[in-house]
Parts: sequence; C-alpha cells; structure tokens
Amino acid sequence: MPLRLEIVTGERLVFSDEVDMVIAPGVEGQLGILPKHAPLLTALSIGELRVKKGQEELSFAIGGGFMEVYKDKVIVLADTAERAEEIDIARAEEARRRALESLKERGRLSREEFAQAEARLRKAVTRIKVAQRYRRLQLPKFEEEEENV
Amino acid sequence: METLREIRRHIRSVRNISQITRAMEMVAASKMLRAQQQALASRAYAQKAWEVLTYLAGQPGGLAHPLYEARPVKAIGIILITSDRGLCGPYNHNILRAAVQFMLGYMDRGIGIRLITVGRKGRDFMLRYGHNIVAEFTKVRDRPTIMEIAPIARVAMDEFTSGLVDEVYIAYTRFVSTITQTPTIMKLLPIEKPAPEERLAALYIFEPDPQTVLGEVLPRFTELQVYQAILEAQASEHSARMVAMRNATENAQELINELTIRFNKARQWNITREMMDIAGGAEALRKARGIRAGIA
Repeated sequence: MPLRLEIVTGERLVFSDEVDMVIAPGVEGQLGILPKHAPLLTALSIGELRVKKGQEELSFAIGGGFMEVYKDKVIVLADTAERAEEIDIARAEEARRRALESLKERGRLSREEFAQAEARLRKAVTRIKVAQRYRRLQLPKFEEEEENV
Repeated sequence: METLREIRRHIRSVRNISQITRAMEMVAASKMLRAQQQALASRAYAQKAWEVLTYLAGQPGGLAHPLYEARPVKAIGIILITSDRGLCGPYNHNILRAAVQFMLGYMDRGIGIRLITVGRKGRDFMLRYGHNIVAEFTKVRDRPTIMEIAPIARVAMDEFTSGLVDEVYIAYTRFVSTITQTPTIMKLLPIEKPAPEERLAALYIFEPDPQTVLGEVLPRFTELQVYQAILEAQASEHSARMVAMRNATENAQELINELTIRFNKARQWNITREMMDIAGGAEALRKARGIRAGIA
C-alpha cells in the first residue's frame, strides 16, 4: 500500500499525491519513510526532501518545518518548499551571494542576525543543489528522446 | 442660474470621477478574491499545526513553553491591523473604534498598552492620540509571504517573552462576506493549551523530543495566526473599498442624471428666451412700421 504525501506551507499546498517512499531531512539526520511506518512527529532541518514513486524520483528544497507520519499518511509542514523544477538557480545564486556577504561582516552582527544569515545561506545552497541535481537527472532523459527520433 | 457651459463642465468632471471609481471597484474586487483564496489556502497548515499541538499537549507530565505562560496582567500588547490607504468606506473607522473601546477597558484598570501597528491609518490615528507605539509596519504588500509577516509576529513574541507585556491581542477585520466585515479582537499570547488527545499522544515517536518539537511549532503557529489575520484584513479592506467605490459610481450616475435634466432645462429656457426676443423684436418692428405708415 502506497503512502499518501502532502507537502503544505503556510501559503499553499505544494504537493499531494500517492508515493512509494519519502526521504526527509530530519534534524537528527536523513530519514526514510516507507509504508507501515510507526506514527512519528519530527522537526525537519533545511535540506532536500526526496520522493520516490515507481521509477520516478521527485525532489524538493525544504526550508525547515515538521513532518508527521500517521497511518501511511505523511504530512510535511514546511516553512518553505519548492519543487526542483520550480527553482530559479540565478535567484538562488544571488541569495547565496548576499548571505555570504552579510556573513563577512560577522563582527557587526548580533548572534540572532548571524544565525539568520547562516540559515539563508543554507537555504540558498540547498536550493542550488536540488536544482542542479534535477537538471542532471533530466539530461539523460532528454538524450534518449533524441535517439528515438 | 449657471450657464450651459458651466453645467456641461460639471457633468464632464463627474463622469471622469465615476470612471475612476468604477476602475477602482473592479481592481478591489479582483484583489479581494485573491486575498480570500490565499487566506483559505493557509488554513490547511494552521489546522495541522493545531492538531500537532493537541498531540503534544497529551504528553505525560504536560509540556511547558514560554509562549504558554499565563501571568497576572500588568500590561498588554495589541497588534492593530489597518490599511495604508483610504477610500475604503468605514473600514478603518470600524476597527479603530473597536480597538479604542477595547483599550479603554484596560486603561481604566491602570493596565499599560503597547501597540504594534500594521498599516499607516492605524499608526497615524494612535500617534495623534498619544498612544504608546513600540513598532510600526507599513507597506505590507498584497498577498505577502509568511517570511514578510514573520517580523511582526517576532516583535509580539519578544515583547511577551521578555515580560514587557503579559498578554498580546490582535485587532483585525474578519472577512465574513463581501458585504459584511467584522472588527475582531483575538488573544494571540499566551497560547491557550489545547485539550489533550491522549489516545494519539502515546503512539507517537517524537524526534528529537517532544519539548523541541513544541519549541518549533509554537512560534510558527503564532506567525501563522498573524499571517492569517493580515490576509483576512486585506480581503476585508478590498471588499470595503469595492463597496465604497460602487456606491460612489452609483452616486455619480445619479448626479449626472440630475445635471443632465438641469442642463436640458437651461437649454430649453435659452431657446424660449431667444424666441421671445425674436417675437418681441418682430412685434416692435411691425408696430414701428405701422406708426410710420400712419404718419405718411
């Protein structure tokens, strides 16, 4: 029996479908959820959330949040969530650059400001990583199509 | 009586105004719809977060968190949500009146009030009456992201956890329907502990532990409540503006009709006068001729 996955942010429902496996960035490390998993409630860190469905693999950049697993239903309450194909690499690079710049002035930042800048950097890096991996996965598929023509 | 040209000019200016108000009405209608949809979309998250809180409340021993802490009330904070711009009918007036009434109840008992204003109208009003504003936010975009709203909630939580205020309320205009919007004042902090659901709580594995999960959920829950209040307020603002602008357009139409009648009357009167002039002139001419003929 497959898992029902829902990814929700405060702003919208990002994803809702039946899937075979979810690999999430838990605060204690990555964790994979398969059907019949015990009820679980965990905080998520900034990172990549991967979803397997048949041969397909989807990828999301998650900016922290929680995940609830209950009776083959997985609900991800994310602060931010973007599908790999939605990510604008140029904007993520820009965000990374800005975060790095503010980190350089660490002497003038309060501890909280420093933590915020660091979180922004981690989010940007995750988005870039997720987006790039997605592009790489897409590439072979594209070549196959050309061969068929 | 005004001249024809004056009336014509008046009609033209009223018509121009009515075109603007009609355009504003349509813009407000579409913005209202989108704010409404956004508010609906964020409800799913809020509901889920609340469920998580109920599981956590069922933890053996119960969990404590600074945002749960109820204290004797010496000072309160209010997040007041108004609009930046006017031309939205009684929207700002209604929420300000409700807020002032609410504040008076506390001030009478000698309880201090610290305000966090969102929107220019509320800030200006409270400044004029010399109230204590600790933070102000203006130029909140239409359909903002949670990231943009988070600082507002952050200030409220800081005020609460640092003990500057013992309760925080949020005053906003709840969107009931296109024609009804109700000023609402809701308690934000301390967060009311939900009734525990013990059956579920025992089953869950918490990672890293229930206390940490709670510490993550509560601030986000507060942010979300502020976010939703702002979305509802925006939907209310736009629908208030839509109704106000529709009334303005209708009034303009009525005025144009009245002016058109007056214009036609004036025009008719002018024609009559000219005809009387001509008739009078002709009569005088005829008489003059008769007299001259008599003499000859």
